Amino acid sequence: MKELLTEKLTKQFPEITFEVIEQFGELTLKFDKSEIVHVCTFLKAEESLKFNFCEDVTAIDWAVRKNRFTVVYHIFSMENKFRLCLKVDVDESECTVESVSSIWKSANWAEREAYDMFGITFLHHPDLRRMYMPEEFDYHPLRKEYPLMGIPGAIPLPKK
Amino acid sequence: MQKLTKDDVHPKIVQALLGADVHITVDDALENEMILNMGPQHPATHGVLRLLLRLDGETVVACVPELGYLHRGYEKMAENMTYLEFVPHTDRLDYISPPANNVAYALAVEKLAGITAPPRAQYIRMLLAELARMCSHLVAIGALAMDVGALTVFLWGLREREKILDFFDAICGARFTTSYTRIGGVASDVTSDALKNIIAFINQFEEKFDEMERLLNGNRIFIERLEGVGVIGKDDAIDLGFTGPNLRGSGVEFDLRRATPYLFYNEMDFNIPVYTEGDCLARYFVRSDELRESAKIVRQVIDKIPNGEVMLNSPKKALPRKTEIYTKMEELIHDFMIVNHGINPPVGEVYHAVENPKGELGFYLVSKGEGQPWRMKIRSPSFANLQAIPLMVKGHMISDVVAIVGSIDPIMGEADK
Repeated sequence: MKELLTEKLTKQFPEITFEVIEQFGELTLKFDKSEIVHVCTFLKAEESLKFNFCEDVTAIDWAVRKNRFTVVYHIFSMENKFRLCLKVDVDESECTVESVSSIWKSANWAEREAYDMFGITFLHHPDLRRMYMPEEFDYHPLRKEYPLMGIPGAIPLPKK
Repeated sequence: MQKLTKDDVHPKIVQALLGADVHITVDDALENEMILNMGPQHPATHGVLRLLLRLDGETVVACVPELGYLHRGYEKMAENMTYLEFVPHTDRLDYISPPANNVAYALAVEKLAGITAPPRAQYIRMLLAELARMCSHLVAIGALAMDVGALTVFLWGLREREKILDFFDAICGARFTTSYTRIGGVASDVTSDALKNIIAFINQFEEKFDEMERLLNGNRIFIERLEGVGVIGKDDAIDLGFTGPNLRGSGVEFDLRRATPYLFYNEMDFNIPVYTEGDCLARYFVRSDELRESAKIVRQVIDKIPNGEVMLNSPKKALPRKTEIYTKMEELIHDFMIVNHGINPPVGEVYHAVENPKGELGFYLVSKGEGQPWRMKIRSPSFANLQAIPLMVKGHMISDVVAIVGSIDPIMGEADK
């Protein structure tokens, strides 16, 4: 499966460099964030791959200056019973990435959650609201600088 | 349920509810259009789910689910505690089936740390996961029946569930918050008495469940309330991230126990019930069939369970035995290091998903080689399943919304994390 995947992708996207990481028996592909929609569309549509199920979209905050966030996609091919992890780096100064919710609808809420927790804006998302926190909340709690105990007064109390 | 004014609803929610192409405002809505707030405190929403419904008469035109009323920030908390310390918190995710969550979490950490639990421990985990599945489906069927007006099934289901909870009590020492798994095994061994009692329970269970089913399958009100309601097709179900019984109710034969076998599920003989209708009734049938399959697996597990250790002997990764901690210096040191500094798995990332009663529960762990995870992401099945509600309730009555939510069987503890 790994050979097939890398072969198909390099044939389809000769201009993109894929970093292939293999650990714990899982395959991860890392590439530039500008290509995410093209690659995902191809992975879903290609007959021999058929990654039809998007399990999760999430992010990691590395708490470093350059490429602070990594957006992680877990996709699964029900036909081949194969799980693939896609990764794109997102810089804090340009904290945006294209939404994949037009490809898999299940990415809709997952991206909303990532936006809520990390403040990463998913471009062309149909309904980018906060998932868990109230809309008036100013912070993104899963960023590493947000304290564990929270910020006093950050959540307004309900009106009497 | 109360009628809302414009000030009660956040403008962004109103916008989502109304859609960009419709021009009505909440204050002077059309005579028969209104916006209704259902939940978060509503007995039929199974916890603190809030649904905002836009109604035309009694028909639902649009629906926006609001989550976060039970958000406790477990992912943030996990970054600040060792891998072992997080086990009790997994009980509080899907609180109807805590042992299944324990097992899912332990498997993910073990994959990251590169260890495997001894066979007996894995069989015990399988036993508990299946008992938890039975627990969960009994509650799911009971609550669905109660939502559409058949209270007896709920009480009968809870009576059977109570017996399973007694086994959890005997095996784990707690009925509800089991916290049973450890990294590299389980907390304590199962006695042969407990196994005998479980077999006795399974033997009488099928008959009891037949009785329960007779109450529902011959009940015209129950069938008519569910048949053809909340239909979701095969492609939509996959696209929206459905997993578990909900997905199998839509005609997709997908079960992680078969697709990516873990524990010893590939040695077990069980069927994956699939119904193609995709309505609430199909989801109910999948659950009731799965109950029988789980009972079958429990029987096989007890037949095949090997003797041996229930905890891995790996001083740096797994907790040593209590008797040795009290008598030997080395073990005392290892115990101290594991409890205080954690097991320090190698640098790397791992995603491990298992088939929980509600669907695919996955843990994504990012390790920097420290005692605490750098990042933990919980892929909870209820969260993904709830996403389909707006599509499913469109065009149905308010009373059908109750049946649809009940048939999806969301648990807000894991949807809100």
